[in-house]
Amino acid sequence: MEEYAWINLLVVALLALGAWGVWSVRRNRFWRERLAEVGQRRRVSSWVLALFLAVALADSVSWIDQRDEVGLAEPRSLIDRVFPEDFRERTYSGPLAAVEFYGDEPLRYPERHLFGTDILGRDVLLMTMKGTKVALLIGGLTSAIAIPLALLLGVSAGYFGRRVDDVVVFLITTLASMPSILLLTALIVALGRGPVQVCIALAITGWVGLCRVVRGETLKLRELDYVRAARALGVSEFGIILRHIVPNLLHLVVITFVLMFSGLVLSEAILSWLGIGIDGSWGQMIDQARDELSRDPVIWWNLGAASLALFVLVLCVNLVGDAIRDVLDPRTAREGP
Amino acid sequence: MLAYIVRRLGQGVVTVLGVLLFLFLLFFQFAQPIDVAKRALGDKARTEVIEEWLSQHGYDKPKYWNGDAPGIARATDTMLYVHFASMLSFDFGKSDADDVPIIKRIREGAGPSLSFTVPLFLLGLPIGIVLSLFVAYFRETYIDRAGVVIAVFFMSISTLVMIIGGQYVIGKLLRWFPISGFDPSPDVIVRFLALPIMIGLISNLGSNLRFYRTVFIEEIHRDYVRTARAKGAGDIRVMTRHVLRNALIPILTGVVLAIPFLFLGSLLFESFFGIPGLGQVTVNAINANDFATLRAMVYIGALLLIFAQILVDISYTWADPRVRLE
Repeated sequence: MEEYAWINLLVVALLALGAWGVWSVRRNRFWRERLAEVGQRRRVSSWVLALFLAVALADSVSWIDQRDEVGLAEPRSLIDRVFPEDFRERTYSGPLAAVEFYGDEPLRYPERHLFGTDILGRDVLLMTMKGTKVALLIGGLTSAIAIPLALLLGVSAGYFGRRVDDVVVFLITTLASMPSILLLTALIVALGRGPVQVCIALAITGWVGLCRVVRGETLKLRELDYVRAARALGVSEFGIILRHIVPNLLHLVVITFVLMFSGLVLSEAILSWLGIGIDGSWGQMIDQARDELSRDPVIWWNLGAASLALFVLVLCVNLVGDAIRDVLDPRTAREGP
Repeated sequence: MLAYIVRRLGQGVVTVLGVLLFLFLLFFQFAQPIDVAKRALGDKARTEVIEEWLSQHGYDKPKYWNGDAPGIARATDTMLYVHFASMLSFDFGKSDADDVPIIKRIREGAGPSLSFTVPLFLLGLPIGIVLSLFVAYFRETYIDRAGVVIAVFFMSISTLVMIIGGQYVIGKLLRWFPISGFDPSPDVIVRFLALPIMIGLISNLGSNLRFYRTVFIEEIHRDYVRTARAKGAGDIRVMTRHVLRNALIPILTGVVLAIPFLFLGSLLFESFFGIPGLGQVTVNAINANDFATLRAMVYIGALLLIFAQILVDISYTWADPRVRLE
């Protein structure tokens, strides 16, 4: 299988994982009511997020129609297929322009590029839509690595204590004592560049915070009466952890996941700018466009589209995340906006 | 108290050793020095040339155990030992990219970094505190809601976009300040630093406002605030003398933990505005695959951060009477 297929499979798997998580949690009345409350509080943001998910999913269904003479072909996804084949110009053109930006050469697709085209003539709207998949990959894959790791180590440290706790605490303090942006760059430079490596590096820097929270909460839960009762009744250690501890940590995991997500997408933009990001991300579009504001007349649509998409996604995730935290965390509930 | 400090310092030493071990595994086990040599010399370099480069940079020893060496040198004439010894004695050696001594780079970079980060920090702290005191005072009104919305709004804008936009609007359209550049002489430095500091203030505002607001609101609901009101203290007095003073403990933590980052500078701001500080050193090291410099930067950052954390823990016992040492 080729690389694009692996990435597509990964994104679909992550979306399926997320959908399965939401679905299985909805069977519980408490979670169903909470989810409904979040949806009510943040109706617009939730719909916008659903739209982003739909675009990413559509962009992950791609296939190759036919190969050219040298056997090279670009796979085209459902998103690509919304637009005409080979939907590109020779160079810059403004939003909905009929002629090229420099000179008056007519365009191949006049007045069809809603956000104009970039220096290579690629349609900016199409590029921006394709960036959604990368953003979800960053947030999803990183969380899929970081959350299980943090749960596993945090719960075992908190529950078993002693030596296990010492080792985990040592690991956490060591990782947390390196400034995260430096650790991140060192990891990516050492591990090599590529989408999976970047997500692994983000996960290594990202799991520490959640692990610390999980460990602290497990320490508290371990001493509660119902856990003691379960132990007295002869439930195995594994059973106690799985049935009585982990379900009571889930709200922390959900809150951390949503609040982490927006931070990850923003971090990737910085990494792209440092030249160690992921191909096709909004960060990379911003990076490529940064010299264009110094041109005269100014080329703004390229930078604008990527920044807007990044901003809207992060804003919606932040808003929904805040609502989720207010709904799930009884301590902050009365102070929410 | 003394016993606590000694124990805390001991923990710090263990953490430093952990960081060094992590760096060794990362840069010698997962990434091999031979890859750096190939990247520095080109893929087609001959084996002899690569070996010469490796021995010049001290990367030609066995990793963990030197079976050929006599006596104690079996353990000391290895990469692991040399890595620990040189890092602990601050002898970082030469850059992998251009053979400049790393310590010289760091010494030259600290000044410009500090000249950007310190004013940014000193201006940002009071602005953040005053604004969030204001917002927290009007909690659960439209002012508070507007404050939270603005904070979330600013937190959602990428710093990259903020910098590019700021350079464009203030530097290019309004022409208030030069777009980028740096000159350490005292009469022009302000002109060059004004723009990055302004943008830095705006980009930090969102998260600062949110953080301090949470801290203040947590304090506002405490019993002592009600007591203070009951004995007739005015609003301003309650906010400044009671709430602010008690909230100072978490704020102090944030301040002390921010100090290491003042030295390390900012990767983004320094390279966008051409400030030749430590952030710039790191960016150059990333671009040149300069493992030695990156290692040294991570190590120095970790040292400063560990020291700051110890300082926080010790100052807690002094500033907060509720914290007891067991």
